[in-house]
Amino acid sequence: MAKHRSGWLTIAVLLALGILPPIFLWSGQAFYMDLATRLVILAIAAVSLNLLLGYGGMVSFGHAAFIGIGAYCVGIPSYHATYGEFDVIATYSGWFQILLAVAVSSLFALITGMICLRTKGVYFIMITMAFAQMVFYLFVSLETYGGDDGLVIDTRSELPLVNLDDPLQMYLLCYASLIATILIVRTIIHSRFGMVLQGAKDNNERVVTLGYNTYLYRLTAYVISGALCGYAGALLGNFTTFISPEMMDWTRSGELMFMVILGGAGTTLGPVLGSMIFILVEEVLSHFTIYWHLPFGIMLIVIVLFIRGGLMGLVTGRTN
Amino acid sequence: MDVALLFIQMFNGLQLGLLLFLVASGLTLVFGILDFVNLAHGGLYMIGAFICASFTFLTGSFVWAVLLALPVTAIVGIVIERTVIRHLYARDHLDHVLGTFGLILVLDTSTHLIWGPAGVAVPLPAWMDGRLELFDGVVVPTFRLLIIGTGLTIAAGLFWLVNYTRLGMLIRAGASNRTMVSALGIDIQTLFSLVFALGAVLAGLAGMLISPITEASIGMGNEIIITAFVVIIIGGIGSMKGAFIAAIIIGLIDTMGRSFLDDLFKIVMSTEAAETSAPAVSAMLIYILMALILALRPQGLFPPKVR
Repeated sequence: MAKHRSGWLTIAVLLALGILPPIFLWSGQAFYMDLATRLVILAIAAVSLNLLLGYGGMVSFGHAAFIGIGAYCVGIPSYHATYGEFDVIATYSGWFQILLAVAVSSLFALITGMICLRTKGVYFIMITMAFAQMVFYLFVSLETYGGDDGLVIDTRSELPLVNLDDPLQMYLLCYASLIATILIVRTIIHSRFGMVLQGAKDNNERVVTLGYNTYLYRLTAYVISGALCGYAGALLGNFTTFISPEMMDWTRSGELMFMVILGGAGTTLGPVLGSMIFILVEEVLSHFTIYWHLPFGIMLIVIVLFIRGGLMGLVTGRTN
Repeated sequence: MDVALLFIQMFNGLQLGLLLFLVASGLTLVFGILDFVNLAHGGLYMIGAFICASFTFLTGSFVWAVLLALPVTAIVGIVIERTVIRHLYARDHLDHVLGTFGLILVLDTSTHLIWGPAGVAVPLPAWMDGRLELFDGVVVPTFRLLIIGTGLTIAAGLFWLVNYTRLGMLIRAGASNRTMVSALGIDIQTLFSLVFALGAVLAGLAGMLISPITEASIGMGNEIIITAFVVIIIGGIGSMKGAFIAAIIIGLIDTMGRSFLDDLFKIVMSTEAAETSAPAVSAMLIYILMALILALRPQGLFPPKVR
C-alpha cells in the first residue's frame, strides 16, 4: 500500500514537473520557468548524490565540486573559443563540453574517491568536504577565468536539435535529463551491482565475507555519481551563463545534502521533492526578508530534530 | 632567496598555525569526547570576534574586551549546546552535520542582524600596535608576537589540563568509554556541557585574536573551519597532540607555499608558467598534503588508541 502510494506520487510529481512550467511560460510567467529550470538541474545533482548518500551510505559533503567542475567545463572552452588561446579545447560544441564535463568529473571522482573511500564515517565526510574546497580554491586562484569574480559565458553550448538560448528548449532538455538520471539510478539500484552497494551499506563485513570487493563497488558508485553531478553542472553553467567558485562553496554541498535528506534519502522521488521544497521555501522566504537564512536555518534544525526519514517517510509512513 | 623574508614568513606561518590550533583543539576535543561533528564551530570563532569588537568599543580597551568576551562566548556555547547540540548526540554523524549546518545559517544571520552586514574593525592599544626588531633586518608586528605567545601558553595549558588534572582525566576517560564514565557516577551531561563550552572559548579566543588583523566579518568562521578540519584529519581526529603538530605544519606550509612556491617553480620552468601555476598549486597545497598523508595513514598521524 505504502509502496503504491509513493509510486503514484512519483509519477504525479514528475508529470507535473513536465507539464506545469511550459504552461507558466505560455501564460507569460517566465520567472517561474526560470525557477523550475534551476529546480530541475539541482534535482539532477540531488538524485546523483542520493545514489551515494541514500543507497551507498557514503555521506559525501563535496558534491558541489562536481557541479563547479561541470560548469567550468562549459565555460572554459567557450571562453577560449571567444577570446583565443588554448585551441585544443576552444569550442562552442555542446557535445565536446558535456563530454569534457563528464570526463573531468569522473576523473576527479576516481582520484579523490580512491583516497576518500579508504576512510570511514566522519573522516569520509570531512575529506570529501576538504577536496571540494581544494577545487574551490583552485578556481579562485585561476585569474584567467575571473578568479573570485567568476566568468560570464558569452555563448551557450551549441547542440544539434536543441537551442539552449530558448528557455522552453533549455527546460525540456533539463527535464529529460532529470528523467534519464532517475532511470539510470533506479536501474543501478535494482541491478546486482546496486544490491551489493546497498548490502555493503547495511553490513559491510558480511558482504566482504561473501567475496565482494566492496571498495571497488563503492568507488564505481562514487565515479558514476560524480559524472552525473558534473553533467548537472554543465547544464547549470548553460542555464545561468555565469560561473564562479561560489557555485562550489561548501555551503552549496550542504544544501545539496539537505535536499536529499529533506525529501528522503534512499527513495526515488525524495531528492526531487527535497529540491522542490528547498527552492520554493528559499524563494518565498527571501521575498519577505533579507534575513531569510534565519527562519531557514531554524527550519533545517527543526527538520533534523523531528522529521526523520524525510518527506517521503511522512508520505509512506516509514521512518528510518 | 632573502633570509630575513624567510624568517618573517616562518613567523607568520607559526602564528597562523597557532590560531588554527585554537580552533582545531576545540573541534577535536568535542569530537573526541562527544563523538560530535560540529560544523558550527567556526560560528563560535566569528561570534567571539564580534563580541570582542563590541566590548572594545564599550570599554575602550582590547585587553578588557577579550577578558569580558571569553565568558560571554562560553555562555553562547552553553546555550547552543543546551538548545540544539545536546539533542543530536545520540544521532549519527549525518544528523550532526545537517543540524549544525542549520546552526551556521542561524548564527551567521543573527550576526548580520545584530552587527550589520559590514565587517567591524577592532582597534589595538598603542603598545600592541608597534613593531619589534627581533634581530638584524627581521622586524615583526608586536601583536603577532603576542598571538604566538598566547597560542603557545594555551597549548601548554591544554596539555596540562588534559594530562594532569581531574577534569582532564574525566575528559580522557569520556573519550575512550563514555558509558563506563557515567556508570561510575560522573555527571556526563555536565561534563559534555563543560567540554563544549571549553571548545567554544578556544574558538572564540582565536576569533578575538585575529579580529584586529582581519576585522570581524560574517562568514569568517566558514573559511577557517575547513582548514581546521584538514588539521584534525591530518592529526588524527580526537588527538590533541596531533591537532597541535598538524596545525603548525599546515600553518607553515600554507604561508611558505604562498610566498615562495613561485620562486621554487622558476627553477624548473619558465617565469611565466611559474607565475600562473604557483598560486593555483599553493592554494591546493594543504589539501594535497592531506591526501598524501591519508593515502599512507587513513586514520591521520596520531589516531587516538581507543575508539
